[in-house]
Amino acid sequence: MTLAASPHHILTVTVENKPGVLSRVAGLFSRRAFNIVSLAVSPTDDERFSRMTIVVDAESAPLEQVVKQLNKLIPVIKITEVPPAEGVERELMLVIVKAAAETRGQVTELTAIFEAKIVDVGYDAMTIMVVGEPEKLDAFSDLVKPFGIVELQRTGRIALPKLARESTRLRSVKTARA
Amino acid sequence: MKLTGAQALIKSLEMEQVEVMFGLPGGAILPVYDPLIDSSIRHILVRHEQGAGHMASGYAHATGRPGVAMVTSGPAATNIVTPLCDAYMDSIPVVVITGQVAYSVIGTDAFQEADTVGITMPVTKHNWLISDAQDIPRVVREAFHVATTGRPGPVLIDLPKDVANAPMEWYWPEKVDMPGYKPNVKGHPRQIKDAAKLINEARRPVIYAGGGIMLANASNELRALAELTGLPAVTTLMGRGALPDEHPLCLGMPGMHGNFTAVTAMQKADLLITLGARFDDRVTGKVSTFAPDAKVIHVDIDPAELGKVRLADVPIVGDLRTVIDEMIKALKSERSKQDPPDLAPWLATIHDWQERYPLKYRQEEGGPLKPQFVIESLRDNTPDDCILVSGVGQHQMWASQLWKFKLPNTWVNSGGLGTMGYAVPAAVGAKVGRPDRMVWAIDGDGCFQMTAQELVTAASERIPVKIAILNNAYLGMVRQWQELFYEERYSEVYLSPDLPDYVKWAEAMGCVGMRVDTADDVVATIEKANEIDDRPVVIDFRTDWREKVYPMVAAGSSNDDIILGPEFGEGGR
Repeated sequence: MTLAASPHHILTVTVENKPGVLSRVAGLFSRRAFNIVSLAVSPTDDERFSRMTIVVDAESAPLEQVVKQLNKLIPVIKITEVPPAEGVERELMLVIVKAAAETRGQVTELTAIFEAKIVDVGYDAMTIMVVGEPEKLDAFSDLVKPFGIVELQRTGRIALPKLARESTRLRSVKTARA
Repeated sequence: MKLTGAQALIKSLEMEQVEVMFGLPGGAILPVYDPLIDSSIRHILVRHEQGAGHMASGYAHATGRPGVAMVTSGPAATNIVTPLCDAYMDSIPVVVITGQVAYSVIGTDAFQEADTVGITMPVTKHNWLISDAQDIPRVVREAFHVATTGRPGPVLIDLPKDVANAPMEWYWPEKVDMPGYKPNVKGHPRQIKDAAKLINEARRPVIYAGGGIMLANASNELRALAELTGLPAVTTLMGRGALPDEHPLCLGMPGMHGNFTAVTAMQKADLLITLGARFDDRVTGKVSTFAPDAKVIHVDIDPAELGKVRLADVPIVGDLRTVIDEMIKALKSERSKQDPPDLAPWLATIHDWQERYPLKYRQEEGGPLKPQFVIESLRDNTPDDCILVSGVGQHQMWASQLWKFKLPNTWVNSGGLGTMGYAVPAAVGAKVGRPDRMVWAIDGDGCFQMTAQELVTAASERIPVKIAILNNAYLGMVRQWQELFYEERYSEVYLSPDLPDYVKWAEAMGCVGMRVDTADDVVATIEKANEIDDRPVVIDFRTDWREKVYPMVAAGSSNDDIILGPEFGEGGR
């Protein structure tokens, strides 16, 4: 089973933007033997805070313990769980694929199918950027593997909850259109 | 008003009503030791930084107020890691201040530089590295707030030398503003009602009272709850004294070396009313077989404790004092609607266990001195409010089993971390905090050798603590395990009764040293020690090395398989 498909929880954690916060969060995970699948840290629109998107291996620890222990960290302001079915998840991958003249066409074709982008071209390799759901990235890397992967990097996923569809305003818009 | 960072730190500690601190100066903390001369704060100069940390912890145990320790950077900071971890495990409010190399050279491997904040992150409730002198009053205010509220615990402030020397404009923050720290103190009313309902339906209820009772200052409330419906209560190693041992509903200590009744009452219970306890492995034995028929009410101020080891049927987050009070009210209203089952058969079963399986040992006339006999003699010849301190090992278990605690906060020991060497410095800290009380430490010979040098501190500061060494010439608890579980293959556990010579050592440290070899001399020597009030006393009790702690539940076993010991005949049951 690939990482993206294994049972996991996604937590988006708002933390104070202070030195050492990442270390506190990472330290907590290692001390309590919780496994991190991926971790992405980014600034938010408010410079006092950062947002961490933490994907936790669901089998290593009960989610409730992870959330409760995280909440005890003083720089942690807010924790939102995004159940995989109810969230929009995206991840970015950069991959250098061997692409000599005879295979370049096939690699380019795959890139097109995946709506990926060639961001750098060398003599016998290309760097391709793929954005999408983690499963899509898994699929792409599986497919280009036979050509030879030189290097591969993924950002780790970020996620936000799906928006409610039942907004009264949207419903009225729909009705108007119909 | 312009102050230096160092002056601001001392002034902030005064604002927090710190009366005493334990510490040892060094390079990076030098600037702070200068304004200390002019401060109202009493400083006790320790001989090792570990001593400062445990003293702060002993002080906090005995007074309920935060203990403060201050040491320098690097090796001093690493020496205080053990006390921090110890206080973290037992939720003791301790504030540690460490010096740090100048902020401008952090990261260059400067002399006596260590990543103190990084090292202590997992063993503190929170810690701070101060980069601007202007932050000092705010950080000190936050540090004391964090240490003493919610689930208490140790905190650390790391102060670089250049920050201590930098100027700042003095202020004192009126309130703490920490958006990520808001402990929930008030229990959920519906959960409390559900708890009352469960209590009112239970036929075999047991209160499982832990150290949280002491931390929440809730022993009166606990007693009221127990007495309201006649609920029997066990008091854990950290909770000893939460309910007086002579109270008819107090069953004493549960766990690996708990008495038969406390262990078995929990095993057979249909309801555990868990108050400020955390289902420690030393209490539960094998978790999957622990109290199999019991529903669980679990009250704790730390939400993460609820469901961590054992799922609670009714989890309640809140301050124990408030929650128990509310629980009593809810229980009264519940009882007005529905009569509870008669608890008399359950209490009769418990009394029957108490009579059949008491704690047993035999002090033979002219035979080797039994450690239990020493503890009971000490218990019977000290005042009711005497503070008892212990190290870690056999002596600790015997002390906890046999002492009759009459008041909360009279038992100071290292529970969670099991820190050998805790007793001497913790006793010093307790005595500093409660100079009006008699303070006795029961220590093992192995433990004593780890931190005995703090008796030099005690002697020079005229802190008259009393230490009873139960000298069996062994690392006794390890020896016991090797005897029982490693086919008597004794590996590195023998210490010798005469090396060191404890009496001479005590005298060299400015204490009175005495030695007792026989049971006949025990009481007279204790009485002599009780009369000495101008210096520490050390008594070297030469005890029987064969004696083991019973009852015992072997590690990883079910509490149903409790071993009572040789006094109960073949296999001890």
